[in-house]
Amino acid sequence: MSTAALYNDQGAAEAAVEAGQETTPTSSSSGAAFGLFSTDFKKNEDLKEMLESNKESLKLEAMKRIVQLISKGKNASELFPAIVKNVASKNIELKKLVYVYLVRYAEEQQDLALLSISTFQRALKDPNQFIRASALRVLSSIRVPIIVPIMMLAIKEAAADLSPYVRKTSAHAIQKLHSLDPDQKEQLIEVIEKLLKDKSTLVAGSVVMAFEEVCPDRIDLIHKNYRKLCNLLVDVEEWGQVVIINMLTRYARTQFLNPNINESLLEEGSGGEKMFYGSDEDEDEDEKEKKAEAAAIAKRKPYVMDPDHRLLLRNTKPLLQSRNAAVVMAVAQLYFHLAPKAEVGVIAKALVRLLRSHSEVQFVVLQNVATMTIKRRGMFEPYLKSFYIRSTDPTQIKVLKLEVLTNLANETNISTILREFQTYIKSMDKDFVAATIQAIGRCATNIGEVRDTCLNGLVQLLSNRDELVVAESVVVIKKLLQMQPEKHSDIIKHMAKLTDNIQVPMARASILWLIGEYCEHVPRIAPDVLRKMAKSFTNEEDIVKLQIINLAAKLYLTNSKQTKLLTQYVLNLAKYDQNYDIRDRARFVRQLIVPTEKSGALSKYAKKLFLALKPAPVLESPFKDRDHFQLGSLSHLLNAKAGGYQELPEWPEAAPDPSVRNVEVKESVPEWTKCSSREKRKEKKVEKPFYSDSEGESGPTESADSESDSASTTDSASASVSEESESGLESESEEESETEEEEEDKKEKKNQKKEPKKPVQESESEQSSEEEDRKPEKRSKKLKSDSESDSVEDEGSESESSPSESEDFESEAVVTKKKKAAESKPPSKSVRKEEKKEKKEMSLLDLDDFEPTPSPQVTPVNTLLSNSLATDLEGLSLSDSILSPATIIPSGALKNYELLHRITGEGLSVEYCFSRQPFSPDANMVAVQLQFTNNSTSDTKNLHMEDVRLQSGMRVKEFPEIELLPAGEMTSAVMGIDFCDSTQAANFQLCSHTKKFFVSIQPPVGELMRPVFLTENEFKKEQGQLMGMNEITEKLTLDVKCRNEHAIVQRVTTAANLSRVPCGSDKECRFAGRTVTSSSLVLVTVATREEGAAQLMVNCEKMVIGTMLVKDILLALTQ
Amino acid sequence: MEQQLDGQKPVQKASPEMIHSLFLINHSGDIFLEKHWKSVISRSVCDYFFEAKEKAEDPENVPPVLQTPHHYLISIYRGKLFFLSVVQTEVPPLFVIEFLHRVADTFQEYFGECSESVIKDNVVIVYELLEEMLDNGFPLATESNVLKEMIRPPTILRSVVNTLTGGSNVGDTLPTGQLSIIPWRRAGVKYTNNEAYFDVIEEIDAIVDKSGTTVFAEIQGVIEACVRLSGMPDLTLSFMNPRLLDDMSFHPCVRFKRWEAERVLSFIPPDGNFRLMSYHVSSQNLVAIPVYVKQNISFLETGSCGRLEITIGPKQTMGKMVEALMATIHMPKSVLSVSLTASQGSYTYDITTKILIWDIGRLNPQKLPNLRGSLSMQTGVPKPEENPSINIDLKIQQLAISGLKVSRLDMYGEKYKPFKGVKYLTKAGKFQVRT
Repeated sequence: MSTAALYNDQGAAEAAVEAGQETTPTSSSSGAAFGLFSTDFKKNEDLKEMLESNKESLKLEAMKRIVQLISKGKNASELFPAIVKNVASKNIELKKLVYVYLVRYAEEQQDLALLSISTFQRALKDPNQFIRASALRVLSSIRVPIIVPIMMLAIKEAAADLSPYVRKTSAHAIQKLHSLDPDQKEQLIEVIEKLLKDKSTLVAGSVVMAFEEVCPDRIDLIHKNYRKLCNLLVDVEEWGQVVIINMLTRYARTQFLNPNINESLLEEGSGGEKMFYGSDEDEDEDEKEKKAEAAAIAKRKPYVMDPDHRLLLRNTKPLLQSRNAAVVMAVAQLYFHLAPKAEVGVIAKALVRLLRSHSEVQFVVLQNVATMTIKRRGMFEPYLKSFYIRSTDPTQIKVLKLEVLTNLANETNISTILREFQTYIKSMDKDFVAATIQAIGRCATNIGEVRDTCLNGLVQLLSNRDELVVAESVVVIKKLLQMQPEKHSDIIKHMAKLTDNIQVPMARASILWLIGEYCEHVPRIAPDVLRKMAKSFTNEEDIVKLQIINLAAKLYLTNSKQTKLLTQYVLNLAKYDQNYDIRDRARFVRQLIVPTEKSGALSKYAKKLFLALKPAPVLESPFKDRDHFQLGSLSHLLNAKAGGYQELPEWPEAAPDPSVRNVEVKESVPEWTKCSSREKRKEKKVEKPFYSDSEGESGPTESADSESDSASTTDSASASVSEESESGLESESEEESETEEEEEDKKEKKNQKKEPKKPVQESESEQSSEEEDRKPEKRSKKLKSDSESDSVEDEGSESESSPSESEDFESEAVVTKKKKAAESKPPSKSVRKEEKKEKKEMSLLDLDDFEPTPSPQVTPVNTLLSNSLATDLEGLSLSDSILSPATIIPSGALKNYELLHRITGEGLSVEYCFSRQPFSPDANMVAVQLQFTNNSTSDTKNLHMEDVRLQSGMRVKEFPEIELLPAGEMTSAVMGIDFCDSTQAANFQLCSHTKKFFVSIQPPVGELMRPVFLTENEFKKEQGQLMGMNEITEKLTLDVKCRNEHAIVQRVTTAANLSRVPCGSDKECRFAGRTVTSSSLVLVTVATREEGAAQLMVNCEKMVIGTMLVKDILLALTQ
Repeated sequence: MEQQLDGQKPVQKASPEMIHSLFLINHSGDIFLEKHWKSVISRSVCDYFFEAKEKAEDPENVPPVLQTPHHYLISIYRGKLFFLSVVQTEVPPLFVIEFLHRVADTFQEYFGECSESVIKDNVVIVYELLEEMLDNGFPLATESNVLKEMIRPPTILRSVVNTLTGGSNVGDTLPTGQLSIIPWRRAGVKYTNNEAYFDVIEEIDAIVDKSGTTVFAEIQGVIEACVRLSGMPDLTLSFMNPRLLDDMSFHPCVRFKRWEAERVLSFIPPDGNFRLMSYHVSSQNLVAIPVYVKQNISFLETGSCGRLEITIGPKQTMGKMVEALMATIHMPKSVLSVSLTASQGSYTYDITTKILIWDIGRLNPQKLPNLRGSLSMQTGVPKPEENPSINIDLKIQQLAISGLKVSRLDMYGEKYKPFKGVKYLTKAGKFQVRT
């Protein structure tokens, strides 16, 4: 600090000389600090001479030395006149150094600085963009009010420059000018408005930065640029991403509805985890009220996420993979503040990853994680161990990790956490030990079950050798005992004994307070302690003295016989204490407890005053409620509002008009992709932004070459349909969403088309008619084009497999369809079907477009689609539509198994089938659809599951209770089982209001997998890695009815939930899937030879699954 | 008081820029470089930092964010130096921290190390770099490929030539990087030998408890690349077993989309050295722990001494040689000196920091290294409550302990045949044995 004072002295003349001396004496290299110039130090006079010489090299050397002076904080202002002459130098390096100097000193030497302005003005017109940019940079850095008009002009011109780099610099200059002269705000806003429209990724970050500084409240400027910004985001440079994400977080808070608004409704329907979240939020009255209100609103109007809100979430997610911690944190806070609860979990993994980074990064991330764990504990629970503490962590990191661990503690993991804490207590780092003891105290108060264990543990620490440990334990024990003192009088006794040994004042004071407070539990010991204390009174610390007086007073009131004299003695001692607080206290207490004539009135209440019941302290996390600050912000870190902090607005009650974000169709898309860096990539997806939308949704399918080809073919067809635009999203069409829609649309069409392929119980025509029914309106709209495009498309998408293959079935289907089409709408159908259709549409609103066709073996692609659908649906409507029975249409083609026979079930019969739908609450579970039929004459009530018995590792998500099943009716429900990739049965009891039945569900091995989409190459590659033990081959003779490709495909996909892999040879059929729990690949190849001979090959890491699968498929193909 | 010191003029309003000033401070607390992107902030602002530094004792414990009456100080500690930045308004702290580390990385890349002497030697280049990296407190050019085009890294030869001829460090041609379609790659790269090397480096983080059971273990990996290829090569790197990878982060050049869809790394690389990706291996996989440690450290109740015995043996080494084995122990304060015998390697005990380092070298499975002997303790001090934990360092060449394997590297977009190489290395990360 002494050196710092020295630097303040601005003795300019001696600056150069000083520079030599002040380098640190400890540093061996101090002599070399001046590199080549270290040998001769000259005064500024020399520098002046050098600057005025004709030699460029001398000038340069002088400038280098001047920069060195500046870097040391020395004053070099008197050289200004000599230096400013060189501003027009041709030498780039010299010029740069002059710029450095000008920026530093222009403010102090305003008159002289003006001399250089004309040079910059000339440079602003230079043909080289970099000279233009750097001239603007320097010009705008010269903080001289006189040149404001010149700056303004320069900025306006630069904002219209052809070079995005210059435009970027102009965005920076806006902020500089604004801080120099806030009166220019209005004009600057105009420039910002203009630059916001810029389509270059280079400019986006900087202009948003300027927006945030100059006019953060002008949210209206963002509307039209919102979608563009979302789409550009992945391609913006890292620093710009952070700024944009933070701004969009605020924007979204003003424009969209709270996605968690009807979380209470959601919780009823789904996951235990969500229940969890709800429960650990303490809801005070207001909040409850609000929730009730919200729920009421929600009932009236189901929440549907604005597509723009979804767009933001989707486009930021890939950035969680950024190498830049600030970007990851920005996305994490965006998800925390904006995403539906169920989706927030994705950020946990990325944040945990940051814990591997530099310790400063860890420090900031842990602070944010600590806040998050209070609201969303479940999210970080799987990463508990990542917060374990190492002895080499810096203390501040240790303490934060401890905080997180404490927040994560719950009934199930507390024993593991306490075991960890035990090792921490032995640490050498005493501050950390103290923090650990406090953490144990907090666990004990929060989790009732372990309170006694913790207390015992802490009591054991009382005999610790380290006094600090003991003291901290005493303080914590005191707090814990306050919660239930009557049970622990022996601990109080034990602590009373400690007064002889413990010297730490805070601990002594705590013990004395405890004894005084609970003196009725230790009637014998208390007076004795007071006696000892009276003896040592004069030597005690102040806080201890105060507590001795306190103890004396309490004992006097409860047990005056034994302690009257002692109390008098203590009070007398205190009366003459050096500390006036203690003297005052003694006087005050004496008046209160010892009745005299004068004091009458209050002493009557002495007992009430001293012995009132004290509320137990609440041990709270210091991070509680910190989330009212935007996470990741400086204000959050400091837990105090920093200057310039923008509050995160509350969600609006009703969403503002979403149409403000609509933009003219033409403008946005193609142009910005052009300027983004993608252009020249030799990728198939040229125009797709780099990461573009990450979500699994379209991911795998898109990669297939066929997809992109067909996309173009479909374009025309689907354009005419363009159905999804109801939501007001309109055809603004960011290319993202549109292609997606197209894809979905297309896939859906594919499904419809493929349906005829499946084994048909009903006649084929009837089936397609049924399908027609599902969307009569739509059909009618696209009748013609549809039937045509169908066939085109199909060839496109399946081109890799033999075209002839599809022809057989396709043509037939198409013909039927065409026929139907010709007949046109209301095709004949049963009334029931009609009803069904209508019901479905009602429940899912417009979403039925996406509804996966429910037929079971509807080709893999379809299931894949439904996978993505699950996510889509989740996002779009929070009512848990996957679970609701309405979505699952019982289909005869699914193989039904009996769970409960009519006779054993006393009238209730239950069948189940594996619906092959993704089970949305938990992707590791297999969805099982149960069909209940009440054949009896009385109603059955409260159907639910109980007493689930499973092999270890298996899990079950029960179906929601069925409240009433009237006599003669049927209903269905869906449950999820995680079989852990084994065919072990799940046993449970099915209970109604009167009866219980033991039942079990055992899956065929083929249901333990879900289809994945692979290209032929990927398939071969993966197969190559699953050789040897992982490969099983069987020879077989195909069943006579099963000698064409179609039949084989159909039988294999019925036997196992696999997807077809395109294959160049028509002698081979390939299928791929992954096991549901462990995601191990399952590859199946059926190669046909002459005369129905064939070879079946299964490649799978899990040999048991492979073996069983071979058996099942063999059976399916030979019978 | 700060207001008075704070500068020449009363500030009209809090300046909006993100990073206002930067101070570089050495270990002993001297400010040896300052750079202001706007009006000058007096060095005295650092006093708040020095105060905190004194309080923290250990430089690692200095809070990275400090609040002073008018400023906020955000600092990082790198290579025994503090990079202290001053900000005046709300800014995401990680933004500044990450930027400061990027500055330190750039110094490292330019000068080979990031130390006080080297920064002082190159102060002009440092100043030029800082000028380019930040404009009005907002990062401008942070990609080293771009920076190197604007400001040339020093070489001994060039600095000699420059002095003689008055040549400069600044590039003669103006940079194209900012406008190149690939922002992280400079244009017009030419090599006679085209090479691409990838180092797969994995670190095992583990906590092993007293009884030898693993409390926590995970593998963190990085792929460091050194690519010297002419033109605009478009590379595709694929793995034999990409499923092993659980969580990863990428250099901005990696096409995220293709990774999602096909699990291949597709990218146009920057020129030179860079970190392609870092990853975390799925925690479901059991982590192989290459060595076991048998230890017995005890402090005797009576008498002022203790005993220590450590043996290290191979556990799961996948048949490879364990090298550069080293054990580091932070002894309790009361351990005055040690008198030990090492069956292999050598040990040192630093009596001021109380750190015992046993440098073993290669692990010979036939003859396990052993360190034993006595510790002499301060008298009259109660025996330490705890036993110190042992930190292990090791290296295994030609092995990625997770089993990750690169299957192939393809190049598109250029005609020549590059030379390609992949190297594997396993290291101990934060590998700690509790005693």
